[in-house]
Amino acid sequence: MKRTVVAFLCLFFSALIAFAAGHSHWNHVPAKDHERANPFASRQEAVAAGALIYGDKCAQCHRADARGDRRKRPSLRSELLRNATDGDIEWFLRQGDLAHGMPSWAGLPAEQRWQVVTYLKSIQ
Amino acid sequence: MVISSLKRAVGGAIFLACGLPAMHSARAQEKPYFVTYSYDLEEPGNLDIETKTALARPDGSTRYGAAALELEYGVLAWWTSELYLDGQTTAEESTIFTGFRLENRIRPLMHEHIINPALYFEYENLNGADKNLLEVVGHDGQSDLATPNDEARREHEHEAELKLILTSNVKDWNISENFIAEKNLGHSPWEFGYAFGAARPLSSRSGGRPCTFCAQRFMAGIEAYGGLGDTAALTLRETSHYIAPLIGWEAPKGLRLSFSPGFGLTETSLDRVYRIGVAYEFNQIADWFRHAGVAQ
Repeated sequence: MKRTVVAFLCLFFSALIAFAAGHSHWNHVPAKDHERANPFASRQEAVAAGALIYGDKCAQCHRADARGDRRKRPSLRSELLRNATDGDIEWFLRQGDLAHGMPSWAGLPAEQRWQVVTYLKSIQ
Repeated sequence: MVISSLKRAVGGAIFLACGLPAMHSARAQEKPYFVTYSYDLEEPGNLDIETKTALARPDGSTRYGAAALELEYGVLAWWTSELYLDGQTTAEESTIFTGFRLENRIRPLMHEHIINPALYFEYENLNGADKNLLEVVGHDGQSDLATPNDEARREHEHEAELKLILTSNVKDWNISENFIAEKNLGHSPWEFGYAFGAARPLSSRSGGRPCTFCAQRFMAGIEAYGGLGDTAALTLRETSHYIAPLIGWEAPKGLRLSFSPGFGLTETSLDRVYRIGVAYEFNQIADWFRHAGVAQ
């Protein structure tokens, strides 16, 4: 009986670890948002505009160099953002992550959100 | 007299805000509403200090200026807490402190939806001379505001107020509706009210250069608010209703100014009420103490 329980627990935790390893942060972004095209992609004026908005609204937590504080406020120069599509990042800005301290920026005009995405992609 | 004292107050607030260039400031997603709440909360760790001033003249009384000093702190991304300190000056009468309010706003849903709710809980400890009109409920009317200060301040009101806040963001428009229920804890029935607001920035796109008076720094909109009677008389008879265009400006360095002329729509309402808001937001105030502790 004991062996069966131990084998079951091993199997359960192995499955959990395998699921976590394969689960991307962006997996739960809806397909239409994931594929949404950035209207300002790679445009230099949008990078400059996004940098200004970033300085106003994001730098207070993520720091001016976007490297975070290595504790609760994550770096935005990361593998996670390099692997994200522009649509993923825009979706995340819109939703926020209230449970973990990231406010929703749905109140910011959509064009400004895309300008921030353009800036964030430019610093990767 | 009222106007000159308010000029001094507004001037002082501007001086205070402009005199703090070394402190970190940020522009939050604040809308220029005076009565309506949107679901936007304070960013966690930030402190927003705002004065809201109302200038009016009830029929049969003298002009007054009422000011509320608001201290708003972002406790968590889904929870904001506020303290209001209220006072007023009535011409040819007196200047008095009228009480305080403690409020909390929370967002119960962690994701964005077409309509986003927020819940609002407030405790008010005010006297009857409060004239800030931060909400209009029940059968509130201009006759309440015409009572002389000496008489009105003798009445103490301990009230609980609940609001359901609903907000949608539609094509850069912020559209917010508030349903208000207020109860005097000592006696009196539940009183009801509403507020509705819609606002948007004059430009949706950032220009890419630092600017002071560019369109993206201005927001314009409108709000409407009024009473809906109480449990004893759930009717619109003898209730006050207002409509008020709004303009807001986000100045550099985190200072925000807003202005709204409100117009009464019923006989019970004030003819006009002018509102002025001055606000400044301090970033991550907990970090100041953390850094001070490390330095020691």
